[in-house]
Amino acid sequence: MSLTNKLQFSFMKDLGAPALMALNQAGKKKRPPKPNPHFGPPLKSAKRLKEIMTRHYFLARYARGARPVAWVTSGAPVELLRAFGFYTIYPENHGALCGAQKMGPKLCQAAEEHGYHPDLCSYARIDLGHYFTGITPAGRLPKPDLLFASNNICQTVLYWYKALAHYHNVPLLLFDTPYNFRDITDSDVSFMSAQLEEMIPVLERVSGRKFVMERFQEIVQMAHDTSALWGQVLATMSHRPAPMTIFDAFVHLAPVVSLRGLPVSREYYKLLLAELQERVSLGIGAVTNENKRLMWDNIAIWYKVRDYAELFASKGMNFVAATYTNAWAETIHYLDQAKPFESMARAYGLVILNNNLNHRLGLMEQMIKDYQVDGLVIHSARSCKPYSVGQYDMKRLLMERLGVPSVVIEADITDSRHYSEEQAQVRLEAFFEALEN
Amino acid sequence: MPYFAGIDVGSLSSDAVIIDGDANILGFSVQPTGAHSTNAAEAALAEALDKAAVSRADLAYIVATGYGRVSVPFAHKRITEISCHGLGAHHLFPDTGTVIDIGGQDSKVIRLDKFGKVVDFSMNDKCAAGTGRFLEVMAERLGVSLDQMGALSQQAQREIEISSVCTVFAESEVVSLIARNQPKAEIIRGLHKAIVGRVWSMVKALGVTGAVTMSGGVAKNQGVVKLMEAKLGQKVHIHSEPQIIGALGAALAALRGGKA
Ligand SMILES: Nc1ncnc2c1ncn2[C@@H]1O[C@H](COP(=O)(O)OP(=O)(O)OP(=O)(O)O)[C@@H](O)[C@H]1O
Ligand code: SF4
Ligand SMILES: [Mg+2]
Repeated sequence: MSLTNKLQFSFMKDLGAPALMALNQAGKKKRPPKPNPHFGPPLKSAKRLKEIMTRHYFLARYARGARPVAWVTSGAPVELLRAFGFYTIYPENHGALCGAQKMGPKLCQAAEEHGYHPDLCSYARIDLGHYFTGITPAGRLPKPDLLFASNNICQTVLYWYKALAHYHNVPLLLFDTPYNFRDITDSDVSFMSAQLEEMIPVLERVSGRKFVMERFQEIVQMAHDTSALWGQVLATMSHRPAPMTIFDAFVHLAPVVSLRGLPVSREYYKLLLAELQERVSLGIGAVTNENKRLMWDNIAIWYKVRDYAELFASKGMNFVAATYTNAWAETIHYLDQAKPFESMARAYGLVILNNNLNHRLGLMEQMIKDYQVDGLVIHSARSCKPYSVGQYDMKRLLMERLGVPSVVIEADITDSRHYSEEQAQVRLEAFFEALEN
Repeated sequence: MPYFAGIDVGSLSSDAVIIDGDANILGFSVQPTGAHSTNAAEAALAEALDKAAVSRADLAYIVATGYGRVSVPFAHKRITEISCHGLGAHHLFPDTGTVIDIGGQDSKVIRLDKFGKVVDFSMNDKCAAGTGRFLEVMAERLGVSLDQMGALSQQAQREIEISSVCTVFAESEVVSLIARNQPKAEIIRGLHKAIVGRVWSMVKALGVTGAVTMSGGVAKNQGVVKLMEAKLGQKVHIHSEPQIIGALGAALAALRGGKA
C-alpha cells in the first residue's frame, strides 16, 4: 500500500467524495418524479441509501493501493475480510446494477465474444465482460488484490473466480460449504470453520495487517445486528397495508449484502426500520390500494423491476415477501461473537441455496402464512440454476398444500435477451385473471 | 335478441364464434391469420356472422383472445387464451379438469376447478418443439399434408426415435432419416411421440385431475391424440372443431359481460 494512495483515499473519503457528490447533485436538474397515484409516498430513507451506495462505488475508484481490495461473492463470509480492512467489491451487486441500467446484454455479449457460453450465469458474463471492456456504470472498479468465493450459492462462482484469479493474477480464497441434504453435522461445521482459520495467514500477507481477535468479534457482532435489523425491516411487510414493497427491498438490500460488518449498514437499517415502523403506525402503505399480497421467488429481473412495480401496483397488488431478500435475514443472525468461526460456518453453510429443497418448501409455506400471501410469482432465471431448479415441483406442492395460485415467468436476472415481453405478459394477465375471479 | 362474439387471433389461425343468450353456438369460422391480424379477425368474424345469420349490429359484446387480441380494435374486452380455453372446454365438457391446448406457436396445460375457473397453468412457447408449427415444418419436409399425418402414423409398425428436442435439429434428423429411406409412417409416429413428450412434461408438472380435453389445431391429429391417451391412461375429450374452443370461451366471457 503506498502512502500517496492512502493519502488520496483518505482525502477523497473525508472531503473529496462529499464535495464531488454534492457537485454531482447540483449539476443534475432536480425534477421531482411524477407522482404515481398507485404508490404511497416514497421512502425518505431512499435518499440516504443512494448516498451510501454512490459513495461506496465512488470511493472504490481510489481504493487500490490505499486499502487491500477484495472481490467477494454474495454468500461469502465477508466478516473475516473486514477484520483486515479490505475494501470489498461485490461483482454480483455490480451485475445487478448493470442489469438495472439495462447494460446486461452488451456486457454479456463482450464475454461471449471471448468464448464464454451464453448459458453461463449472466452475473459472471457481465463481470467478465467488464474485465474485457472496462465498461461499468460505476465509473471504475478497483482491481482486486484478493478474490474470495464461496460455493454456498452455486458452483458457477468457483469457475468464474478461477478465471478472475487467472486474469488478475491474484490469490483466490475458496470457502467450500458442503451441501446440506438433511441436517448440518458437527463434522460439516468443523470442516468449514477450519477452512476459515486457515485463511488467516493468507489474509495477513495480502493485507499486511495482523489478525486481532477482538476486532473480528466486534465485526461479527455488527454483521449479526445488521442482519437482524434487516429481518425486522422485512417483517414490517407482514402488516396490512405493507409499508414497503419487495421492489423497494430489492434496492434497500444493497447494504446488508455488500457493506455487511461495517457500521454504516447497521446505522442505515436503524433509520429505515424507524421509518417503516412509523408508516405502519400511520397505516401508510407502499401501494395505495393494497388488495392482494404476493410473494416473489428467485432473484429480481433487474431490468424489469420498475415496470413490474408499476404494473402490479396499478392492480392493487403488492409484493410483501421474497425468498431472495429473506436470504440475508434467514441465517446470518446465527453469527455469535463468542464462537465466531463455528457460528460463521453455520450461518453461511445453511443459506437457502445451499440448503435442500424440502427446507425451501417449508420456508415458503411459512412465509406464505406469516405474510398472508394470496399468490406467488416465480421467476425462473436462466442464469441461476441452483435457484430455479425444483420451482415447478414447489409450485405444484404449494398449490396442493395451501391452495396458493402461482405463475412462472421465464426470464433472466440481467440478460434481457432471454426475456420476451409478449410471453411474460400472457402469463401475468392469465395470473391476474385467476386471482381476480 | 342480443348475440355475443368471441374471436381468437392465434399465431396460425384466427377463429370466431357467435353464440346467443343461452350459449348456443350459432356459427363459427376458422381462418388463416396470415400477415395481418386485424384483417384476419375481421374475416373470421364476418364469416361466423354470416353462418349464424346474425348481423353485426346485433352483437352486444365482443371478447378477443389469443396472441393477436390487442389487434382487434372492435373488441370490448381482451382476455388471455388461458382463461378462454378453460371456459370453452368446461362448457363443452363440464367434467373437464385439465385442458391441453396445442396450437401453432405454443402449447399449454390448464387446470380447472369444477366451475371451469383456472386454478393453474403451464405454457411452453420458448421454442417450436412441442407445438403445431413443429409438425407443419416436418409435414412439409416429408411432403405430406397435415390432415394425412394422423392417419399415416397409425399405419406404422413401429416408431423411429427422434432424439432432438429442438425443431432445427429434429428437422435435420428427419432429413437424414428420409435419405436412409426410412418409412414415412414410422418417422411421423416418432415426431408425434416427440411432441407428446414435450407436452407431457408440462402435464406432469401440473398433475392431471378429472377429465382431459384437448383443444387447438393439433387435437385434430389422431396420431398425437392416441399417443397422449396412451400416456394419460385415459380417453380425452375432442370436440369436432377443437380449434374454436378458445373463441368459444371468449364468446362465453362476452355473454358474462367480459368476465373471464
Ligand atoms: N386438419 C388438421 N390436421 C392436423 N393438424 C392440424 C390440422 N389443422 C391444423 N392442424 C395443426 O394445428 C396447428 C394450428 O393450431 P391452432 O389453429 O390452434 O393454432 P393457433 O391458435 O393459431 O396458435 P397459437 O394458439 O399457438 O397462437 C397447426 O400448426 C397444425 O399443426
Ligand atoms: S448462478 Fe445464481 S447463485 Fe451463482 S452467481 Fe449466478 S445468480 Fe448467483
Ligand atoms: Mg390458439
